[in-house]
Amino acid sequence: MISSTIGIWNYWIVFCLMMIGLFLVIGRKNFLKKIVGLTIFQTSVFLLYITFGKIKGGTPPILNESFESIYSNPLPHVLILTAIVVGVATTALGLSLVLKINTEYGSIEEDDISAQDLVDYHDDIKTGKSVDLKFKQ
Amino acid sequence: MIDILTKNLPILVVLCPLITSLFVVLIANIFFSWILTTLSTFLTFLFSILLYQEIQIQSHISYALGKWMPPIGIEYIIDKVAIIPIIIISGISFFATIFAYKIMPEEIEKKSISKVYSLWLLAIAGLLGLVTTGDAFNLFVFLEISSLASVALVAMGAQKNKQALVAAYNYLIIGAVGATLYVIGVGLLYGITGTLNMEDLTNRISDLNNNKALIAGFGFMIIGIMVKAAVFPLHIWLPRAYAYAPSAVSVLLAATATKASLYILARILFSVFENSEDLINNTLLYVILPLSIIAMFAGTIMAIYEKDIKRLLAHSSVAQIGYITLAFAIGTKASIAAGFIHMFNHAIIKGGLFIAITSLGFFIQKRVTINNLSGLGRAMPITFFCFVICSLSLAGLPLTAGFISKLYLIKATISSDAIWIAILILISSALSVVYLWKMIEVMWMREGRKIVIKENPAIYISLIIITFFNIYFGLDASLVVNGSFEAAEKLIGDLK
Repeated sequence: MISSTIGIWNYWIVFCLMMIGLFLVIGRKNFLKKIVGLTIFQTSVFLLYITFGKIKGGTPPILNESFESIYSNPLPHVLILTAIVVGVATTALGLSLVLKINTEYGSIEEDDISAQDLVDYHDDIKTGKSVDLKFKQ
Repeated sequence: MIDILTKNLPILVVLCPLITSLFVVLIANIFFSWILTTLSTFLTFLFSILLYQEIQIQSHISYALGKWMPPIGIEYIIDKVAIIPIIIISGISFFATIFAYKIMPEEIEKKSISKVYSLWLLAIAGLLGLVTTGDAFNLFVFLEISSLASVALVAMGAQKNKQALVAAYNYLIIGAVGATLYVIGVGLLYGITGTLNMEDLTNRISDLNNNKALIAGFGFMIIGIMVKAAVFPLHIWLPRAYAYAPSAVSVLLAATATKASLYILARILFSVFENSEDLINNTLLYVILPLSIIAMFAGTIMAIYEKDIKRLLAHSSVAQIGYITLAFAIGTKASIAAGFIHMFNHAIIKGGLFIAITSLGFFIQKRVTINNLSGLGRAMPITFFCFVICSLSLAGLPLTAGFISKLYLIKATISSDAIWIAILILISSALSVVYLWKMIEVMWMREGRKIVIKENPAIYISLIIITFFNIYFGLDASLVVNGSFEAAEKLIGDLK
């Protein structure tokens, strides 16, 4: 029992990373830290795929007599290459949004920003400022 | 020549916007980039209509990408189910592009407009790829193409209102977590079956009943897709994203983005996992049914208390998505067909409503709140006449498209002995009249402003066409109804 639980330690690492990442995304109020969490979360999934593809004693998947007949599955690696590209795009877009938010709001803390937003929202709707409209022809 | 065209239709539908998006970004001139975008979306629409005709003959087209035969290569599947979201997405995106010409330069600075059109086409290509692909991992790639492009599009609203940035950020984070959950699910399924092709998956998981990894993988996939489809508790990103996006973008996203994910949800539930019946029945009964009922009421009640019109419509979208998932949750042939009917009708209703509201936003240069609307019905008769028809259609009055979907939904619930669900649907429809009437009352029955706004044909032409569809499919719904019933039959077979 114990040996089989510890024997799959690679899955435990994946699991821990996944939870750390998800916790950062949900629990942190700082927009930058959320992106760090998201990246960790995605990386854990990459590791999960790589773990699936590995066979003990497996060789690279090359058709050659000098290699054993047992080989590791190459497909997960290829899939993860695609997923890494997607992950980089997500991170880049997220970071550029954070940069923009920082210049517009002067903060990247969720509480500051939602406080500012709330003021704007009520300004627009409750004070009746909006009744004088300028029409465009 | 024509033979080559018809053979490659499934990939052309996706490639046409994908490739043009690369060229549009190079054009500096606003007009020419718009022309190219319109041309591309028109071609896509044409291809999907040709595909519709082809599907009437063949009923199932399997396209092996790069001649790598499935299940090893990536397969594109078009059948009577997939054609419904394809027609919705390509059609609405064509009309939204026409509408965008006048609206886009108002909200976005001139030098970035061609880039916005490029993202616009990328989002469309992503959504179309999502519904055509038959490969579980390829689906993830398209999911991310469409959502990253949509996030960037939503963020373009920042020039008018800086809250668009926060909306886009939340959309990005929630969407990325959803997509990653989906990938975990696909990974677990790949681990136990060794295949990514959806049809192959269906066959291979039939011997794996009650395998824990299968159940976990299913759960991850469903949750991931539910985030993208904005099913009730996972809808948080939706109202803000739709409200602060540039007007033309909210039209495109509101009418198409969630439909593609809802179709994927239906396909995972009824096609990929069709052999594990216990799992599906439990999911439908204990997860999707209660969530959809809560969504119906929560969305409607949030909409009643909302003052910002675009947000109001977005909350109403959450409720309407609730109707569609409710129809799936009942799980009979009639109810799934009702779900597809409503998917189609909701696209034309919300498309029309958003176009009407944003063309008002074009004239007042401000956020459209309920106070701003007062008395404008008489100042902009064409726009608001169409608005009224679309809202009546949303409420489900006879002679409009919305009535047809409510009719079939209620018929389906009654025939499966779930009268109480039918009653709940009726109550929630009645509640939706409250917020629609609130808007109509302010527009038409308050004292009019002494102002005449010259309505621009470039803006209202697509509104009129979509309103016409709302009435046409209310009078003669045979096309939609037959298509949806064929789709439902294809999905769950003749068993139920």
